[in-house]
Amino acid sequence: MAGATLRTIDYAVLQQCMHCGMCLPTCPTYDQTKQERNSPRGRIALMRAVADGVLDVTHEFAEEMSYCLGCLACQTACPAGVNYAELFETARSDIERHDAQGGVARRFWRGVTLGFLFMRPSALRMAGRALRWYQRSGLEALARRTGAMRLLPPALRRLEPQTPRIARKFSNSLIAAHETPSATSRYRVALLTGCVQDLVFSDVNRDTADVLLANGCTVDTPPIQPCCGSLHAHNGDLERARVLARRMIDLFPPDRYDAIITNAGGCGSHLRRYAPLLHDDPAYRERAALWDRKVRDIQEWLIEIGCRIPEAPPFAEPTSVTYHESCHLVHGQKISREPRALLGLLPGVSLVELPESTWCCGSAGIYAITQPEQAERLLGRKTANIVATGASWVATANPGCHLQIARGLDVAGAGIHVVHPVSLLARAYRREDASGSST
Amino acid sequence: MALPQPIADGLVNILGAGSVLTKPEDIIPYSFDGTAALRQTPSAVVFPHTSEDVSRCVKFALAHHVPIVTRGSGTGLSGGSVPTDGSVVLCLAQMNKILDIDPKNLVLLTQPGVTTLAIDEAASRHGLFYPPDPGSMRISSIGGNVAENSGGLRGLKYGVTRDYVMALEVILPDGRIARFGSACVKDVAGYSMKDLFIGSEGSLGVITEILLKLVPRPLARQTMLALYDRIEDAADTVSAIIAARIIPCTLEFLDQMTATCVEDFAHVGLPTDCAAVLLMETDGHPAAVADEAAQMASIARAKGARDVRLAKNEAEALALAAARRNAFAALARRRPTTILEDFTVPRSELAKMVTFIAETAGAARLQIGTFGHMGDGNLHPTFLTDERDSDEMSRVHHALDLIAKKTLELGGTITGEHGVGLAKKEWLRQQMGDSSFEVMKQIKHALDPTGLLNPGKIFD
Repeated sequence: MAGATLRTIDYAVLQQCMHCGMCLPTCPTYDQTKQERNSPRGRIALMRAVADGVLDVTHEFAEEMSYCLGCLACQTACPAGVNYAELFETARSDIERHDAQGGVARRFWRGVTLGFLFMRPSALRMAGRALRWYQRSGLEALARRTGAMRLLPPALRRLEPQTPRIARKFSNSLIAAHETPSATSRYRVALLTGCVQDLVFSDVNRDTADVLLANGCTVDTPPIQPCCGSLHAHNGDLERARVLARRMIDLFPPDRYDAIITNAGGCGSHLRRYAPLLHDDPAYRERAALWDRKVRDIQEWLIEIGCRIPEAPPFAEPTSVTYHESCHLVHGQKISREPRALLGLLPGVSLVELPESTWCCGSAGIYAITQPEQAERLLGRKTANIVATGASWVATANPGCHLQIARGLDVAGAGIHVVHPVSLLARAYRREDASGSST
Repeated sequence: MALPQPIADGLVNILGAGSVLTKPEDIIPYSFDGTAALRQTPSAVVFPHTSEDVSRCVKFALAHHVPIVTRGSGTGLSGGSVPTDGSVVLCLAQMNKILDIDPKNLVLLTQPGVTTLAIDEAASRHGLFYPPDPGSMRISSIGGNVAENSGGLRGLKYGVTRDYVMALEVILPDGRIARFGSACVKDVAGYSMKDLFIGSEGSLGVITEILLKLVPRPLARQTMLALYDRIEDAADTVSAIIAARIIPCTLEFLDQMTATCVEDFAHVGLPTDCAAVLLMETDGHPAAVADEAAQMASIARAKGARDVRLAKNEAEALALAAARRNAFAALARRRPTTILEDFTVPRSELAKMVTFIAETAGAARLQIGTFGHMGDGNLHPTFLTDERDSDEMSRVHHALDLIAKKTLELGGTITGEHGVGLAKKEWLRQQMGDSSFEVMKQIKHALDPTGLLNPGKIFD
């Protein structure tokens, strides 16, 4: 797959699509427009046209691939087993190679984010600290009050209120590099702290470590970790994605661990596919294959090792919780049963099914930035579904979904809280300690 | 062939710019339907929203000699909506409103772009039922179902699309708007014209409104799987059930290849180690269902079933039926190209047909998966091949020819529910005989003398 383009990719991957149309009803963009180019099989037809030399990598082609959420709902629906993720990433990589999306500003921001911030974890944290200082110092409030925001270009002005609140402490201040359970250690695991998760939801990382410890796992969490490369691969920068994959494998030699744990659906989906990414790298190929076998979503791992049922409820009162499925957890990793099973373990919690729980919330990586209108429509649909359940909490296991849905519920004034399932579990375990029962 | 600018402008005048697509990126995705190895890019794709829109488009196309290919969701399996060179695709996907549902008269009035599933869901909200359920029902359009007279898994007991169409609004090839049929249970006024348009594959007119008959929703159903070591035993079970005067709603057959591919995809617990699986379902009054299910299970065992498994609940039953509906596409997991056939024989000839198909594929060194509606005598032998391998493709065509001839010899038909389209044309005259074939062409010529509606489909 190294340097593969649509023209050089194994043609059988394209042919795998026999255009039966079973993907159409699951595609949020086709649902919106009812036009084939906005559907999975339509996009594959365009990719095949490029592969056949019938179509060039045009601006229109780039626009279409940008309109695709990459939610992979089509991959779940596809009876023929089309590897849409690979086709999609190859197409986006082709687009970058041809510079078909264009725009100086776009190139600049791509350079800053993909080429710099998300390649250097300490630079990203520094940017995070600067952003937090800005948010907390009163400068942000001042800027908003004085109308200084009007100086921003319209696209940024619209996004400004969506800037996530940066956490007070990042994961390295909350989690020691090596932590051991109080009871006998049964497993040794590595904990990946992610990028957005680290800056915005470092508490979810702490909760994850706590839950692992409570279930007999020794947890290794190196203080500085590279980005997993998901953002790069998803946005057509496969070369940097490979660099990052190699760094990850070097930092976490997979033979040393029983499992490599991630708690972010978007990262996990990419993390499990290092082997195809590094297929043409003889020095890493085998370790990448072992790596893929060791990667686990935290919820999947807990169910696999037999999660201990908490003896205390996470809430003082009986509480109803609904569950939104991160696309890259349910479609990218086929993990759907386990989060519900975990929530089912919580005393005092009743799980209410969310209508359209597998329908994308519109977050989709940087989709809310690149395709704001469609992202808003999807968020509105998601928010309405959540409100209709009557639940007071919605659990979801991906930071992008978490931010997006929290914003939607906030705008709707719904008074519904968003939480990672693992945080509820951690909370229940902590209340055990508080109520004096044993662990 | 690019569309001349004045014609594009004319279509934009009728429909508005947003409803006329001509850019390559917009129209390449309309160069196929659900049929393998057939591809032709149209010159434009247009989206009418009303019957009047359709009428104006047809009149305009006629005046400018532009061929029209009508399309719904593009899930057809005989190439019926694959564009012809230079044609404009008239896509009805945005005419997708259910106009009325009348529980007193058990009818539903709809536009053609509504999906089959949405029709049944709407019926279900009134305790009613729209039974025809083609494999692609989640996305196939009801207009496409009528144009192809689609069948499905419940044909044995409930019949096919034709049995539920009470009236149609059709735009004729000259652009006139015509209505055929009525909401009356009995209606013998004039020729049964609606029946001419049902299954006409877009060659006689454009269906713009459909009045459908609904039936009461059955109160109970029981789904079961019977597993066999010999395909013949499965076929014998089907004959014995029908001979016992039981009409189940579903008697579906899957061979080992198909069951394995479906299980790979759907993980519903289909066995992958037996020669044949029968998926059977009976529905109706709870007492009758319990009695029939018990009889069917015991007949299956008597005919040599290795095991009979009853679905434990509604969710399991639905999962099994949904998995079966994906059989065709699931077979595509094995090879790059899947050529699906639709041969149908009188039920008494099924065992012979199944054996012949297996032998023919074996002799031609071809991989094949066979599944189908055994209760209807309707089989879908599916060749797993690669369109880039010309030697293998010629063996596929030879095998198909042999199977088609055998089908006709046994008194069968070359297509039970997919239509003739492009894929089955070469055998149609042979099946129909010269005079009936000529009558059909005369009808086409009488209604569409310039031949602009879906040219080259069914016959040349």
